[in-house]
Amino acid sequence: MAEYNLNIPLKKSDVEKLRVGDVIFVSGYVFTARDAAHKMMLEKDASKIPFDPSIMGLYHCGPLMKKSGDGWEVVSAGPTTSERMDMFEDSFIGKFAVNLIIGKGSMGDRTKKALQKYICVYTLYTGGAGALAADKIQEVKNVYWLKELGMAEAVWIFEVKNFGPLVVAIDSHGKSIYDQVKNKIKRG
Amino acid sequence: MDLAKIKLGVVELIKKAEIELPDDVVAALKKAYDSEEGLAKIQLKNILDNIAVAKKTCRPLCQDTGVQTFFINAGVDFPNIGYLKTVITDAVRIATEKVPLRPNTVDPFTKFNHADNVGDYIPAITWDFVDGSDVFITAIPKGAGSENMSKLVMLSPGVGLEGVKDFVLNEVVNAGGNPCPPTVIGVGIGGGADLAMKLGKTALLRPVGVRHHDKKIADFEKEMIKKINDTGIGPMGIGGKTTVLDVHVEKAPRHPASLPVGLVVQCWADRRATMIIHKDGSWEVK
Repeated sequence: MAEYNLNIPLKKSDVEKLRVGDVIFVSGYVFTARDAAHKMMLEKDASKIPFDPSIMGLYHCGPLMKKSGDGWEVVSAGPTTSERMDMFEDSFIGKFAVNLIIGKGSMGDRTKKALQKYICVYTLYTGGAGALAADKIQEVKNVYWLKELGMAEAVWIFEVKNFGPLVVAIDSHGKSIYDQVKNKIKRG
Repeated sequence: MDLAKIKLGVVELIKKAEIELPDDVVAALKKAYDSEEGLAKIQLKNILDNIAVAKKTCRPLCQDTGVQTFFINAGVDFPNIGYLKTVITDAVRIATEKVPLRPNTVDPFTKFNHADNVGDYIPAITWDFVDGSDVFITAIPKGAGSENMSKLVMLSPGVGLEGVKDFVLNEVVNAGGNPCPPTVIGVGIGGGADLAMKLGKTALLRPVGVRHHDKKIADFEKEMIKKINDTGIGPMGIGGKTTVLDVHVEKAPRHPASLPVGLVVQCWADRRATMIIHKDGSWEVK
């Protein structure tokens, strides 16, 4: 189990060196996307996306935000259950060249294969730790599709600093911490 | 009686439930932290740090502020029972702005998100009546990560309690890290389909660490806690000793031909706060 501080976008060599169980802290830009945003972005022409997802981390998060003056303040912003995005994620990674996903829960075999194919990593941030996560978000850079999708489903661009500890839960070598746990389960 | 004052009290109740966990839950999480190591300990450290940050900065623990859910034990001699539903609904609207709460009520047909966390049948209120003139309102805002793992099953009575145990264990294993373990599990056994689910949720009102007064049921709870924690799913599903903080069971008589089991899963953020309103309108939030 190694620990790394990494800058977003992660280099290909960064992603490749990460193994299940490693702990990382990341700095740079992340964009939030839940099911509705995944679906919408997949339906749109890539040239119509108003930001560059390939230089950001993908954060499965539906934040609680508060208007503050002309801008927005993050109140609480932990991860949402990643499993809901599993049905979109392989196409999403392929289309937008994302190489860092932050979420919680687990993701299925489709995503696991896509992580291997496109060299991407799925990391876990502690579910429910929304206030703590908000503390590590330095700035709200932008928000897209707020009117169409609403606060929780909109795409928010955050600048984060030393965001973590994130646990590498599914790496780019086809290994998943959830498979390891499942294989060891004793049932009564 | 000053209803506006009671309304502010309900806003305080919601705020407290969203920001501060009950002492029994925090104690159980601290105990889990002490017993874990490695990646599991990191998860519990984040959880405990989050509890501290939320309290210090007066912000909701989790961005999923849930669906506003209340259990009310109303004293039959309380003078203004008829107004309470309106007071609570208005308080949810105010709390949405003031706490704040995430807009979490979407119309299933139109997909319209009511920005105020109010809609048909929501806030979800369960009423019961007790002797006396005090009203007890418990708020348990319920997030989707854990609620999505809740389930009803109508078992054949022939499978007996062993069948109930298998069902609960399988569901918890299948849920893995999704409901943000370590969870609290509420199990309602008996009644009909609706009552079993309701009992499962009511079971969550009991503080963590408190066993059922009926020894048979208390033993069932203890057995399930051990069985589930022995699976090694652990905090956030990445392995560890603590998968549940507690299992609470409530039962009702069942139809001879039915064995309904309602499983209600609650995340580690086992949010719960209680308000008492006296007949003169004064109130306190605990």
